[in-house]
Amino acid sequence: MTTRIGVVTFPGSLDDRDAQRAVRLAGAEPVALWHRDKDLHQVDAVVLPGGFSYGDYLRCGAISRFSPVMETVIEQAKLGMPVLGICNGFQVLCESHLLPGALHRNDSLHFVCRDQKLRVENAETAWTGDYSAGQEIVVPLKNGEGRFVADERVLDELEAEGRVVARYLDLNPNGSYRDIAGITNAAGNVVGLMPHPEHAVEPLTGPTTEGLGFFTSVLKQLVNA
Amino acid sequence: MSLDTVKNAEQTPDAAQPWAELGLKQDEYARIREILGRRPTGAELAMYSVMWSEHCSYKSSKVHLKQFGEKKPDSDAMLVGIGENAGVVDVGQGYAVTFKVESHNHPSYIEPYQGAATGIGGIVRDILAMGARPVAVMDPLRFGAADHPDTRRVLPGIVAGIGGYGNCLGLPNIGGEVVFDSCYQGNPLVNALCVGVMKHEDIHLAQASGAGNKVILYGARTGGDGIGGVSVLASETFDDTKPAKRPAVQVGDPFQEKLLIECTLEIFREKLVKGIQDLGGAGLSCATSELASAGSGGMRIDLDTVHLRDHTLSPEEILMSESQERMCAIVEPDKVGRFLEICEKWDVIANVIGEVTDGERLEIFWHGELVVDVPPRTVAHEGPTYERPYARPSWQDALQADAPTAERLARPTTGEGLKADLLKVASHPNQASKSWITDQYDRYVLGNTVLSAGEDSGMIRIDEETNLGVSVATDGNGRYAKLDPYTGAQLALAEAYRNVAAGGAKPLAVSDCLNFGSPEDPDVMWQFAEATRGLADACLVLGTPVTGGNVSLYNQTGEVAIHPTPVVAVLGVIDDVTRRTPVAFAEEGQLLYLLGDTEDELGGSAWSQVVHDHLGGLPPKVDLERERLLGEILISASRDGMIDAAHDLSDGGLGQALVESCLKGGHGARIVVPEGVDPFVLLFSESAGRAVVAVPRSEELRFNDMCIARGLPATRIGVVDGDSLDVQGQFTVSLAELKDAHTGVIEALLA
Repeated sequence: MTTRIGVVTFPGSLDDRDAQRAVRLAGAEPVALWHRDKDLHQVDAVVLPGGFSYGDYLRCGAISRFSPVMETVIEQAKLGMPVLGICNGFQVLCESHLLPGALHRNDSLHFVCRDQKLRVENAETAWTGDYSAGQEIVVPLKNGEGRFVADERVLDELEAEGRVVARYLDLNPNGSYRDIAGITNAAGNVVGLMPHPEHAVEPLTGPTTEGLGFFTSVLKQLVNA
Repeated sequence: MSLDTVKNAEQTPDAAQPWAELGLKQDEYARIREILGRRPTGAELAMYSVMWSEHCSYKSSKVHLKQFGEKKPDSDAMLVGIGENAGVVDVGQGYAVTFKVESHNHPSYIEPYQGAATGIGGIVRDILAMGARPVAVMDPLRFGAADHPDTRRVLPGIVAGIGGYGNCLGLPNIGGEVVFDSCYQGNPLVNALCVGVMKHEDIHLAQASGAGNKVILYGARTGGDGIGGVSVLASETFDDTKPAKRPAVQVGDPFQEKLLIECTLEIFREKLVKGIQDLGGAGLSCATSELASAGSGGMRIDLDTVHLRDHTLSPEEILMSESQERMCAIVEPDKVGRFLEICEKWDVIANVIGEVTDGERLEIFWHGELVVDVPPRTVAHEGPTYERPYARPSWQDALQADAPTAERLARPTTGEGLKADLLKVASHPNQASKSWITDQYDRYVLGNTVLSAGEDSGMIRIDEETNLGVSVATDGNGRYAKLDPYTGAQLALAEAYRNVAAGGAKPLAVSDCLNFGSPEDPDVMWQFAEATRGLADACLVLGTPVTGGNVSLYNQTGEVAIHPTPVVAVLGVIDDVTRRTPVAFAEEGQLLYLLGDTEDELGGSAWSQVVHDHLGGLPPKVDLERERLLGEILISASRDGMIDAAHDLSDGGLGQALVESCLKGGHGARIVVPEGVDPFVLLFSESAGRAVVAVPRSEELRFNDMCIARGLPATRIGVVDGDSLDVQGQFTVSLAELKDAHTGVIEALLA
């Protein structure tokens, strides 16, 4: 049976079709999920895609977090279902308290779109098994509010528990504390990432294909589970 | 003030009306009275005044614009031509592409962020209204001098507005232009282009037919913003008890627009609409009169059913409001239910505001009283036409006589001098890297961007299975057009055409944004007449019809007009986007060929501007047959794998093209100046019809044979090699030094 990976569309989601494409290229079946629908339609994992849900006029992700679909996503995430939040999806995961910290306005105060070098710090999560710890990859980054912040205690805890999933290399594009580009929960099934691996899955359209690993990783983990 | 109904207007023929304040001329007001056989009501006057404004009626320009139709080349590709929201072009495999470039100049100077943002919003709705999914945007921008303090106010706001709106819509920004020139100091040009894709059967038109069909207004609520944005509604409002002077610049809500796009596309998929129109300039006045005029003629609207943001609005204001993110659809009665359901799904407010009638009048009611009763064609399509006087400016001859000869403008004669000028040109804001600007735009969203900022054209894949794609380039050079508007407009077309071909795509069609000064100045009107004539003539030769576009006049402060600036967008198609040609020199050892002829042509050049602050002489000559041949060679070479890089030569000439291609690829180049060629002319001339290409050694013979057989001059000028640009016998400059000069320029100016 093919692995089904859901991609949620909130009002204002933008990279939902890109995430579906990445899921498909990884070999899984993408399933479109609608924000008003609590039913996850038997998916094995969920991607919360990038965008400006509800226009991000309030804190990013603050409204989406209360959508019907998120009730089920939160419940299932706590039971171990793999969930990947990209950019706006990362913001939704923080607002949902599935991940600690928050994403603030970039320190430059500008939206930034660039090809970003990252170091994968944790290759043990549900979404990073196909990488090796310390591996350097380049994927697009594009955000206006991508500066990861948390208090010192939380940051130390994340570091101590190896929960920093990826870090910015060469240049910190948004002022994130400790160059953090992505984190995971303690169980390793929920990952939030500010850069966009779904835009680095084809040589024609991406700077590299090094983002595909996030999607093949979860597929492998689900098939082996 | 009591409600000015049709009955009231009949009974009070002599009531004073603010036609002059609304921007109408006395004879125009008289003509309205003649059409109606009575004085207009306040609401009718409002409608006529906005629809007969220069912006909506093209009254000064249309006598010249009609050449685009009269000289239209035969093209199988045209599916929908001028007159609709945007033209539609057949790109094969059942796909149709619609694209259009439009100006939002004046609002963007007053309020840079919202002006630029709503410019994106407006052009995206035009594309959507044709039935297409918008898939990419581009922005040709022009600012005053880069170091002028006001540029620091205008530029960041405009860039943030374009990014803020476009990024939030999820549309990749795939290129554009940024030009600085003091002539745009008080009149920055913000042009916005959108591309949309659909299947042939999905094309929708703006027309209302079928008596009994419902008129549905959906999207944002109607508010007091943007009233008179396109006309010149003065400070006098229709009612003194209300807040005076509503802001004339609209405020955008990209989130609402994103919902509107998805909602409308779902409505199209279920085939629920007979006709559709977006609400832009002149708002509901425009949408209702145009829909009715293009249909059977009759429509009845009940203004009380319009969903409002501000309940104190008068009927005149509701008709004139330019609140953003609104659409108007004509729907058969049995489909209204499903239409409204889809709107509810997307949280989009929708109301039936009227219906198509079998009469020939547009009738609008307010509180049950008839306030508008007009023949819609007279509002929408039969506005005034002016034959503005024009004459070749008295200063034109002197300007052209001031040619940049070696005697007049000192040219570098040593290697060191050439290097210094190369660096000066490359580090001037016009030629420097624009990444500070383009990095504020999302170029990745939708996952189909093949070429974007920094390339000759923007290219997107439109079919993931077949790899069919389209590309667009926009170009315009106001300096060339000032020297000779006829040639300048042709050069803009030639450059955009060449840029599309350099990427590997076949040019198909044109959209234009004609930015000029005041049509009341005969000098400006001559520039306009010459530019339109030049463009129409060139489109005929190149076989690329003008599918639509926009005219922006009155771009002047006091007596000083901007350089005439026709911006030309060319759309091309490519069967296989994996064969596209980028500008980067990516492979050591590849051979560099200069295609075309280089002559001593420095008039209007970047070198003359940067090094001597000079504008005079004649622009480069145009040879359209040569452009076509060059295009064919570039396309064939790309398709057959004979070239791995191509860069068109335009501002800054060969020198600037080499700098860009070297930096982009991270490889240097060794250049040998051909025998008998002046190295200065080789590096800085801006002769048209040229490109530099990188040819793999294994393909050299085949490529050369093709150029010889087709009669295109191709000169081997060097090889991709090392980490410096080495012009042998003249100078060497390292990539690091080039990068230093070329990057960080814009950010330093704005810091």
